[in-house]
Amino acid sequence: MNRNIVISTDKLSKRFGDFVATNEITFDVYEGEIFGFLGANGAGKTTAMRMLCGLSIPSSGKASIAGFDVYKETEKIKANIGYMSQKFSLYEDLTVQENIRFFGGIYGLSDQKIKSKSNELIQQLGLEKERDKLVGSLPLGWKQKLAFSVAIFHEPKIVFLDEPTGGVDPVTRRQFWDLIYDASDRGITIFVTTHYMDEAEYCNRVSMMVDGYIKALDTPTKLKQQFSAETMDEVFFELARGAKRKAD
Amino acid sequence: MRQFFAFVIKEFYHVFRDPKSMLMLFGMPIMLILLFGFALSNEIKNSKIVICDFAQDPASQRIIDKIEASKNFEIKKFLFDPRQIEQAFKEGNVKLVVVIPNHFNDDLLHLHKAQIQVIADASDPNTANTLTNYITNIVMDYQQEITPFNDLPQQIKTEIRMIYNPELKGTTNFVPGVMALVLLLVCVLMTSVSIVKEKEKGTMEVLLVSPMHPLMVVISKAVPYLFLSIVNLSVILLLSVFLLKMPINGSIGLLFFESSLLILTALSLGLLISNSAQSQQQAMLISLMGMLIPVLLFTGFMFPLENMPLPLQIIANVVPSKWYYIIVKSIMIKGLGLSAIWKETLILLGMTVFLLSVSINKFKIRLG
Amino acid sequence: MRTLRFLLQKEFRQIFRNRALLPVIFIAPMIQLLIMPLAADYEIKNINISIVDHDHSGYSRQLVSKISSSGYFVISDYGTSFNAAFQQFEKDKSDLILEIPLGFERNLVKENEQKLFIAVNAINGTKAMVGSSYLSRIIASYNADIRLEMTANPRMNPVPNIEVPSINRFNPYLNYPFFMVPGILCTLVTMIGVYMCALNIVKEKEVGTIEQINVTPIKKIHFILGKLIPFWVIGVFLFSVGLFIIAGVVYGIHPLGSIPLLYSFLFLFLIAVLGIGLLISTYSETQQQAMSIAFFFMMIFMLMSGLFTPVDSMPNWAIVIARLNPVTHFIEVVRMVVLKGSGFHDIKYHFLVMTGFALFFNSWAIWNYRKTA
Repeated sequence: MNRNIVISTDKLSKRFGDFVATNEITFDVYEGEIFGFLGANGAGKTTAMRMLCGLSIPSSGKASIAGFDVYKETEKIKANIGYMSQKFSLYEDLTVQENIRFFGGIYGLSDQKIKSKSNELIQQLGLEKERDKLVGSLPLGWKQKLAFSVAIFHEPKIVFLDEPTGGVDPVTRRQFWDLIYDASDRGITIFVTTHYMDEAEYCNRVSMMVDGYIKALDTPTKLKQQFSAETMDEVFFELARGAKRKAD
Repeated sequence: MRQFFAFVIKEFYHVFRDPKSMLMLFGMPIMLILLFGFALSNEIKNSKIVICDFAQDPASQRIIDKIEASKNFEIKKFLFDPRQIEQAFKEGNVKLVVVIPNHFNDDLLHLHKAQIQVIADASDPNTANTLTNYITNIVMDYQQEITPFNDLPQQIKTEIRMIYNPELKGTTNFVPGVMALVLLLVCVLMTSVSIVKEKEKGTMEVLLVSPMHPLMVVISKAVPYLFLSIVNLSVILLLSVFLLKMPINGSIGLLFFESSLLILTALSLGLLISNSAQSQQQAMLISLMGMLIPVLLFTGFMFPLENMPLPLQIIANVVPSKWYYIIVKSIMIKGLGLSAIWKETLILLGMTVFLLSVSINKFKIRLG
Repeated sequence: MRTLRFLLQKEFRQIFRNRALLPVIFIAPMIQLLIMPLAADYEIKNINISIVDHDHSGYSRQLVSKISSSGYFVISDYGTSFNAAFQQFEKDKSDLILEIPLGFERNLVKENEQKLFIAVNAINGTKAMVGSSYLSRIIASYNADIRLEMTANPRMNPVPNIEVPSINRFNPYLNYPFFMVPGILCTLVTMIGVYMCALNIVKEKEVGTIEQINVTPIKKIHFILGKLIPFWVIGVFLFSVGLFIIAGVVYGIHPLGSIPLLYSFLFLFLIAVLGIGLLISTYSETQQQAMSIAFFFMMIFMLMSGLFTPVDSMPNWAIVIARLNPVTHFIEVVRMVVLKGSGFHDIKYHFLVMTGFALFFNSWAIWNYRKTA
């Protein structure tokens, strides 16, 4: 399969003093794939993701995101990616419509495009009645779906999702993943971190970080074969068992 | 009980792990004592004045010498053009102009009367008034000098005794005021914010679900600030006694008792605010914007309360620190005991009870 | 530029949607401006005096009536027991005690000399000095009256009399609010600027929305401007309402000087002060920290600005601190331009200093912001 590489890292590392949070990780992500970035708390996932988003400068190694260099072209990276943070990050005191307009405008969409796309989006999510309601008043599941949609509103090449389905009921989680599939079909690459091992099954490929290293990187099927496991849970358990770093 | 202590200790951790908040908590009283003790003063000193001496004779010179000798003034320049006076005022540095007219000495000798005109920049009426009085006194002194009397019959002499503060130190007035200000404001601010923070973060529910009675949860939040305020109070007292050389003439125990009472009043007020505020920002701004200037003015140590129009004096009665200020003055400076301040103590107690019952009611309604 | 437009839209929406906060930002300061100047009055009047009159003679009563008609004093009680008077004194019911001894009139006539005893509550030093000096003057004047009465013939050598007429420029009626209103207005505007700006930015930090902003192509400078401009606008608005409505309509204070000049300085000042708010936000992780730091410095700003106590009366080291305080300059300029009609030439120096402040605080803040956020 000859697909484009949208994320490429080579011995990417981040050190905080003596502590090496991310240790020479090397991997590639292909266009349009759903890439699961797993690992225990404290394994270095968030640090890695922050570097890829242009939020933090690596200590050493190389990386290119959407074709832009992680050291010198962070502004261009930011313009071409979407992001949904762990702490929910839409403005609770603005309405659904206002949030969409704001982020649309920030990413440089024209007023007209914003108008038409936001109508489309609101319809797609079924939020017509909530259009002028404050986001803070929406139930959590709808907030998450909205946040995701806003993150890809400007049709970025890659969207980074940091534990997007925390605290959400299973039905809503399914709906959320439907949105992810949809985006992936449109050619958007999904880079998602999660704790839910069943979600790992939904990904095209999965990587597992332990103690700052990438201990495994392959499709879920192959990983299960490799570790003679029936579920990703067991794979995770096998790999993470020997971990020395615990989260705080 | 053990659970209660666990909560209290958790609160202490919150406070001590935040050095920037501690800056305000502990730094503010020290800063205030230093400022009020050494930098701020109601006196009018070092005022720059201008003298227009048209007479240029021995009498005018004598007066000028006397003015120069007084440490209240700095003679900036000697102007001769009256039009420059207005300009001097507008430039902002000159506060007063003394005009000694032509023939001053001659008038005194031959007509037995003369005039010295004073023009004051009255945009600051206090300074203008005070400086005018100073100059008037100096001129009166001079008048006395040149009056050829030796023995005045029917002499009324006065013996003036300054009580409570013979050296007329400014600190005597300010220190109790600083105590009142700091204890009231800091307590209210910290308590209200601390409780609202938990509300905002959502961790309040966690606490409320714990086996501890909700009232105990709230009290556990207030207890650390009670303790910290007492520490603050001690620091203020130590600084006042050793650095500012202020005596404590009355019972220290009574002082601490009354201070604890004010702290409780402040904590209750903080509790009330936290009940009504929906966000930290709101709680903070209510204390910072809404309370700072009023408490500063209505406690009564910056400006005398008796000077204020009656409606304002009535409002001042609602401010707890006003009563506390009276109590502290009575204990620290006058050396009086509980018998002298029982009324004020009762008022503070009443305020505390009132504030507490209102907040507890509100609290219950929201839970129920 | 478009980004900025979107940012400003969002900021204004958020501020005005916060119903609970609006009264604190707009109404509370105006109410304070309305009421506080009335409270800040240094004039010493209505001094309570206790009179202990052991003599009850014509002379003593004359003296007492002279005191009560002077307009400075209020006779709180008139009795014969010093102890009773002292009890009142202790309770702060009287500020001075005047004791007239038995035989006052008789002895003054016969022996040419009598002594009066005055006790002064000196806790408030200024009040004590002023009160005792008023009383001394009244007594001296009464003394002169008696002498005139007693001596049938006026003296051979007339006493030279120097009059000291005074003119009070800019404020002939010595109206105290006239002086305090501009100062309090400046302080309130400063508070809103510093507090709101600092808290607003830190709130985004605390809630986490700032991370989202960091990931977008929003340039840091746009974000900062997006935070400063709304409060700059609010600051100008508050100042205007305070100046024209409260000061102008209610207190009758109308700017003598050039209004454009006043506003140019206001614009510059707000930039400096919002820079301070921004700076504080870069040193705070939580709103509580921002509040603590802001409160601490605001207290210093307020007390050391010459608002309540004159800068000239401070010791030299304190004057340096006062000069380093932007609020001091703001208050001075507003007082000068509004109350005296000073012109640009007169406040050139303050303009220079404020420009320095604006550059200094904002550069430091932006530099800090680039590093950390």
